[in-house]
Amino acid sequence: MVAASGTGFALPPAASAAARAAAAHFQRLGLPTPRAEAWKYTNLRGLGAVDFAPAAPSSAPLPDLPVLASLPGLPRLVFVNGHHRPDLSNVAPGPAGPGAPALARPERDAFAALNTMFATPSPIVVPPGHDAGTVLRLSLTLAGSDPIAAHPRQSLTLGAGARLTLLDVSAGTGAYLHNEVLEIALGAGAHLTHLRLQEGSAAAFAITTLYADLAEGAGYDALSFTLGAALSRTEAHVALSGAKARFTFDAAQALTAHQHGDITTVLAHDAPQGRSRQTIRNVLAQSARGVFQGRIDVARAAQKTDGYQMNHALLLSANAEIDSKPELRINADDVKCSHGATVGELDADQIFYLRSRGIPEPEARAMLIRGFLAEPLAAIAEAPIRAVFDDALARALTGLTA
Amino acid sequence: MLEIRDLHATITDAEGRSLEILRGIDLAVPDGEVHAIMGPNGAGKSTLAHVLSGRDFYQVTAGSAVLDGVDLLAMAPEQRAAAGLFLAFQYPVELPGVGNAHFLRTALNAQRRARDLPEIDAVQFLKLARAEIKRLAMPEDMLKRQVNVGFSGGEKKRNEVLQMGLLRPRLAVLDETDSGLDIDALRIVAEGVNALRGPQFSALVITHYQRLLDYIVPDRVHVLAAGRIVRSGGPELARQLEVEGYAAIEQAA
Repeated sequence: MVAASGTGFALPPAASAAARAAAAHFQRLGLPTPRAEAWKYTNLRGLGAVDFAPAAPSSAPLPDLPVLASLPGLPRLVFVNGHHRPDLSNVAPGPAGPGAPALARPERDAFAALNTMFATPSPIVVPPGHDAGTVLRLSLTLAGSDPIAAHPRQSLTLGAGARLTLLDVSAGTGAYLHNEVLEIALGAGAHLTHLRLQEGSAAAFAITTLYADLAEGAGYDALSFTLGAALSRTEAHVALSGAKARFTFDAAQALTAHQHGDITTVLAHDAPQGRSRQTIRNVLAQSARGVFQGRIDVARAAQKTDGYQMNHALLLSANAEIDSKPELRINADDVKCSHGATVGELDADQIFYLRSRGIPEPEARAMLIRGFLAEPLAAIAEAPIRAVFDDALARALTGLTA
Repeated sequence: MLEIRDLHATITDAEGRSLEILRGIDLAVPDGEVHAIMGPNGAGKSTLAHVLSGRDFYQVTAGSAVLDGVDLLAMAPEQRAAAGLFLAFQYPVELPGVGNAHFLRTALNAQRRARDLPEIDAVQFLKLARAEIKRLAMPEDMLKRQVNVGFSGGEKKRNEVLQMGLLRPRLAVLDETDSGLDIDALRIVAEGVNALRGPQFSALVITHYQRLLDYIVPDRVHVLAAGRIVRSGGPELARQLEVEGYAAIEQAA
C-alpha cells in the first residue's frame, strides 16, 4: 500500500456522511500498488509522490479550445476543476434526486472512494422515450503553479427507450490529478453514444473509473480516444444486466515520450443474448507504454452471449511496450466469446505502396498511423463532431512522429 | 524514354542465399510506345517491375535503368514517382483508415511539390477525380472508401488505373494488371491505359496471357525467360506465344 500523502487526499471539514464513509474506505484501501492484480502493469508511485492540493472552484475564462470553436451551438455542460460552471454552461445538471444510479464501488475501488470524498454529484436524466440529441460535457482541470486534484463526477440516467449522444471532452493544463467517476444507467431499449476525448497535459494523471449498467435491449456505444497525460487509466465496469443488451467499445490511445496509458475493462455478461465488441488500438512511440486488460465474466444465466475483444498495438520504437491481458471467465455453456491481440510495426508493403505514388516516407508513415487510429472515427455520424476527433488526431500525429 | 542496360538483380532467400532473378536485361521503350513483357511464371517479370519502382528487397548488382536521362536506380521510390514512373501493382495494397480521395490528393500534391508545381486544392481535385472516375465507369463512392479496403479484384485494378489517370506518369509499368479481371473490367482497364496513349506517355505491360494485349495493342512484345529477354517482336509474337506456349522458348533460352 502506498501512503496517500498530501492535503489533497484529506477529507474536507464539512464532509457528508457518504464522503466520510468513502474516506474510511480510502484509508483502508490506499492507492493501489502493482501487487494488486488489477494494477499489475500500472505503477502509481509517481502519483503517490505528488502533493496535490484540493482543486478550488475556478472562475478562469475558458481556454481557447478547438472543440468549442467547431461546435458552438451544442448544448454544453462545463466543469472546471471538478466544479460545475453555470456561467459557461447552457445545460444544468439535474437535482441529485433518489433516482440517480449508485453504481460506483468506493468500498472496492480506491479512486472511486477518493472521488466520493470530494465530488459533487452531477446527474443528467433523460426521460423515457425522449431523444436528447447531442450534449457536450467539458471537464477541464486548470492547475496553476502547484499540483491540484480534481474529482469530477457524472451520472447519466437514460429512461426506457431514451437516446443521447454525449461528447465527453477532458483536458487540462499544468500538473494535476483528474480523478473522474462516471455512472451510466441505461433503461430498457435506451441507447447512449459516448464519444470521449481525453487530452491531458504532459504532467497530468488522468484516472477515469466508469460504471455502466445496461437493462434489457439497451445499447451503449463508446468511443474513447486518449492522447495523453503522463499517466492515464480508463477503467470501465460494464454490466449487461438485461437480456439482449449491446456494448461496443472502440478505444484508441496515441502515446509518446514516457507516457503510460492503461485501458482496463471488466464486462459482466449477466443476462442471455448480450453482445459485446471491444477493439483497442494503441500507437506507441519512443518509450511509451500501453496497457490493455480486458476481463469478460459470463454468468451461468447469460446463454447465447456473443463477446469479442481485440487489442491492436502499433509499436513505432524498440523502446515502446504493450502489455495485453485478456481474461475470460465463462460460466455458461452456449456462448461465443473470442479475444485476440496483434503487435507490430508499420507494414512495409503499405509504406512502399504510398512511396511508389510519390509520397515521401515520413508522410507515408504518418498517413498509415493516422489510418490505424482513424478507423473507428468513421462511425461518427455527425461531421462537425468527427472533425473534433480528426483535429485531435492531427495533434497526436505531430507528437508521435516528432 | 526508358532505357534498361544489362540489369542484374538478386533476392536473398530465407536461408540467406542470394538468388539472381534478373540476369542481364536490355530494353528500350521510346516515348509514345507501349511494350509488352511476356513470359512464364518465375521468369522475373514482377521482379523487373519492382526493381524499376525501387522495392528494397531486391538488390541490383549490375546495370542501369534510365528514364528521360535520369538514373532511376539512384533514387528513392517517391523520387522515381515524381520523375514520372508509375507502377500498377499486381496486388494493390489495402490501406485501412486511409480515405481514397485523401490518398489520391496527397500523392498528386507530393509529386507536384517535387516538380515545383503549385498544389491542387480540394475543390479542384474533386473535379479532376470525378472526371477520371466517370471515364473509368467507376462508382463515385470509390473516392469516399478506404484505399482498396473491401474492393473486389476488379475494383482494385480500376483504382490503380484511376491513380494512373490522375498522376499522368511518363512511364507506366503494369504488373499483371489483367490477373483476376473479368472481361468487362479488363476492357475498362485497357481503355484507361489507351486513353493516356500519346507522345508523352509510354508503358511497359507485364502479362502472362495474350488476352490483355487484344485490348492494349503493344508496339513491341518481349519475351522474358530465366531473367533475360530471349525474343522480341511485334504484336503478332503475343498471338504466336498463345498458340505455341512458352515451352519452346524456354528450351531455346
